[in-house]
Amino acid sequence: MNRQHIWAVLLRNLYLVRRSQYRAFSLFYWATVELFLWGFVTLWLQDISTPDVKITLVATVIGALVFWDLFFRVQQSLTLAFLEDVWSRNMLNVFASPLRPRELVAGYILLSLLFGFISFVFVLVLAFFLYALHIWSLGYYILPFVVNLLFFGWALGFVILGFTIRYGPSVEILAWSLPVLVQPLSAVFYPVSILPPLLQKAAFFIPTMHLFEGMRAVVLEGRFDVGHVVWASLLNVAYFALAIVFFYWMLSLARRRGLLSRLVMD
Amino acid sequence: MQESRLPGSVGIPPILKVTDLAKSYKHLTVVDRISFQVEEGEVVGLLGPNGAGKTTTIHMLLSLVKPSGGSIQIFGQELAKDREGILARMNFAAGYAALPYNLSVYENLNIFSLLYGIPDRRAKIEQLLQEFQLTRFRKQRTGALSSGEQTRVGLAKAFLNDPKLLLLDEPTASLDPSIARDLRALVRNKMRAVQGAILWTSHNMQEIERVCDRIIILKQGRIVAQGTLEQLRRQFEQDDLEEIFVALMALPEPAMEQTERPR
Repeated sequence: MNRQHIWAVLLRNLYLVRRSQYRAFSLFYWATVELFLWGFVTLWLQDISTPDVKITLVATVIGALVFWDLFFRVQQSLTLAFLEDVWSRNMLNVFASPLRPRELVAGYILLSLLFGFISFVFVLVLAFFLYALHIWSLGYYILPFVVNLLFFGWALGFVILGFTIRYGPSVEILAWSLPVLVQPLSAVFYPVSILPPLLQKAAFFIPTMHLFEGMRAVVLEGRFDVGHVVWASLLNVAYFALAIVFFYWMLSLARRRGLLSRLVMD
Repeated sequence: MQESRLPGSVGIPPILKVTDLAKSYKHLTVVDRISFQVEEGEVVGLLGPNGAGKTTTIHMLLSLVKPSGGSIQIFGQELAKDREGILARMNFAAGYAALPYNLSVYENLNIFSLLYGIPDRRAKIEQLLQEFQLTRFRKQRTGALSSGEQTRVGLAKAFLNDPKLLLLDEPTASLDPSIARDLRALVRNKMRAVQGAILWTSHNMQEIERVCDRIIILKQGRIVAQGTLEQLRRQFEQDDLEEIFVALMALPEPAMEQTERPR
């Protein structure tokens, strides 16, 4: 891998954030609005809850929101970095350069890691001051939780890129709609047992469901559920590998069918 | 009249050698077993009506499109075997392939100088900004420039790595005649300095007449004529390229095949 190439992918997006106030703003805006919205909901729920439930509400609702935002931001940063080159009709210049696909993949992963953590730290600090959220109450669970969220965000991101390469910019809506579709099955704000039986079965195959269930086990029962972490990790390894294979397959298909030019001419 | 033509070098292997290159999509043949080569220092024009296969050919040479058959050798190597190594020594500019509009001119050139592994990036960018008269736009957003200025930025990007092979797909389509003439001269001079070759597509017959040492005319994915302007004039008994082109396009299919003259 050529490090200069990876740096070029990163730098292109850092320039963009510096140049586009909207892009910089969006790193913080959505998470902040959601934090206020769910904060008010949590305050109301605290008012009508029994004392034993009251003390766990901030961790289960606001904590879940903070981690969901990390997943969403990582997926969004990766997908938007690619779409930005589609929108600016720059894709042919990129693919006609000596940049290797694996360098593009590495660049997008590093970029989403950087933007994801900037947003995560910001929201974490805000949640601490507004709602006294202490995420370190999750203890060692934080590590597998965060790593798994990152991998699922990347997996979803590369699947969306694959579809964009295959079907053109008209499927860009997937960048926003796919994570939203995954959210109800992820049981972010409620236990998975709330879902109808059929959806519970479907939710089993969503790594984020295991992670948020595991998070609630730590907060509500003080128990580190290894089973959930193992399932989430196994699913993520499979999904991430499949997503990368899918991305490369779509790239190869695009070269065979001449679809790359559609990314600038549609 | 031509604008200072360069002779092709004799005895040196071609910079670009295309053999039986083909591209088909299901039942549609876009490029039909074309063969040609481009020598060091040579400017070859690729002409043809819309849908003739010019852009598909250029995209195959950039490995943006995978050929259905045939081979592409650039700098004596198979493109399929050393894609990145070959792409690092060539470059491309096209009216339809814009650079990111929300980045400044300097930022765009900096990104691509990283991708092309330019050793002294700052000096190279400054030199190109000056040569393409872009110095005063260096901090300006590329999208805020006129189409002519954006074309110059695209061409400056194409010269970042001093390419030995330059692929230009209708590079002057959005320019007024005087700017187009200046840019043609600049591109020719810069390529002459490195003895580089150019494959140049255009719908502008006068441009092709002026700038190209040799001309290849495509129709429906096939080469229907190729040679120097003088050779084509004699062959088709017409004075200018536009008349030759119109005459060729009017020919029925079988007659077209007879006109093919492999080099």
